[in-house]
Amino acid sequence: MTGRIWWRIDWRGAAVPIGFLVIAQLAALNGDLQSDNLAAPSDVAVACWHAIIDGTLFRRTLETLASALGGLALGGSIGLFSGILFGLFQTVDRLMNVTVEAVRPIPSAAVIPVFLLIFGFGFPMEVLIVAFSVTWTMLILTRAAVAGIETRLLEVSRALGFGFGARVYKIILPAALPRIFVAFRLTVAIALIVAVTVEVAANPQGLGYTIMLAEQTLRPDLMFAVLAWIGLIGWALNAVLLWTQRRLFGMAAIDEPAP
Amino acid sequence: MSGSRIFWFLASLAVAAGFIVLWQYVADARLISPAFLPGPNRAWAALVDGMIHRDLTDQLISTVMRMIYGWLLASTLGIAVGALIGISPTARAYLLPTLEMIRPLPASAIIPVSIAFFGLSERMVLAVIAFGALWPMLLATVHGFAAVEPRLYEVARALGLSRWDVIRKIALPSAMPDILAGMRIGLTIALILAVVGEMLTSTEGLGQWVLFAGRSFRASDLFAGVILLGAVGYVSATLLGAAERYLLRWRISH
Repeated sequence: MTGRIWWRIDWRGAAVPIGFLVIAQLAALNGDLQSDNLAAPSDVAVACWHAIIDGTLFRRTLETLASALGGLALGGSIGLFSGILFGLFQTVDRLMNVTVEAVRPIPSAAVIPVFLLIFGFGFPMEVLIVAFSVTWTMLILTRAAVAGIETRLLEVSRALGFGFGARVYKIILPAALPRIFVAFRLTVAIALIVAVTVEVAANPQGLGYTIMLAEQTLRPDLMFAVLAWIGLIGWALNAVLLWTQRRLFGMAAIDEPAP
Repeated sequence: MSGSRIFWFLASLAVAAGFIVLWQYVADARLISPAFLPGPNRAWAALVDGMIHRDLTDQLISTVMRMIYGWLLASTLGIAVGALIGISPTARAYLLPTLEMIRPLPASAIIPVSIAFFGLSERMVLAVIAFGALWPMLLATVHGFAAVEPRLYEVARALGLSRWDVIRKIALPSAMPDILAGMRIGLTIALILAVVGEMLTSTEGLGQWVLFAGRSFRASDLFAGVILLGAVGYVSATLLGAAERYLLRWRISH
């Protein structure tokens, strides 16, 4: 099985990053690199190894992921609940239209000082900013998913005399689940981005702060190590969720362009 | 039809007004300390006062300009490089995996790297915006070019079109919907990164305005800035949406 996958991988895609690393390493060795903003790939690898050994990298990763996932749980469930409500009842959707469209465009970075003022540094402020940013995407994609349900399914549920709860659990959630999962995957990415942004801009914790600190203490090796680590986490989260999505839903969960 | 649309718009406007009244009540009853939550009256007064008597208008203009410059830079780069990669299957095979791997990297993680190279400067903010807003447009262009109906390329070959003509007359129009969707996401990212950049570099702009207002406990100034930033987000998204509909009016609507 693995042997078959081995030769199927298109190695041309790997040529560019590997070539880049080799050239960077050779250039660093030749030029006897002494720099505040560049580091040889080997030094970056060493810095990454040290950060893993002394536990800082994992501790910082946990802080970032805790904020991102906490905010995702809070904002995601608010968005999911209102999205189902808006999708089912057009009246609610139309009545809330101006309110949603007025609050939604506020950039997530703009609310950083608001929550900073109320909560100070720490987890609550970061979790709430992530929640604020995630809510709207979740709401809109869930609303679209619920509104896109085959109307005959809803007629069937009515004919069967389902109550509201049974209708949501037995018809709406299963029918909308593939697209809600796509929304979940997109919001996971947003949650990570916002968490790192809050840490870079203000909050002294997590990976965003670590990379900021590495820059300020003139440690380009550590800076690039954490940068690569953040990239790896973002890539891995997306890859795992994409795999799950294909595995669970197949063609039912084709990506919709973001609204 | 349009009569009922106006009705629903007015009704939802009334709901929004209801929320503002509720906000005013919560602030007046001091359910939340006025140090954190100014009423809409105080936020509005701070907004008007800031625009007329202080430099809030200048802050607004510099944030908008920064957002637009960075976004234009990212769009130009993204579409040009995306077209070069997208038109050639060989270039796609070599470069696309790398690009897809860099894409999920949170753009704000680039900020420290950019600071290391450019210092806390205007150029640093522009570089970050350009890098962060680049990806949606770059990848939309590459994928849009890859998804062009193969027969169109055959037609182009039969007509003896040059590579530039193929890009301009066939691939670009066909990839346009993807590219425009990417540009819309890119604009949102550009605004966020402009605000963060201003916060970190203390250059003139709304990001710096809201951060300083928050730090010195001027909650009404803070809310005025947040309202303005929301307005910038709303207006830019609406304008781009209108441009998108205009540019894609030739498409068969479904």
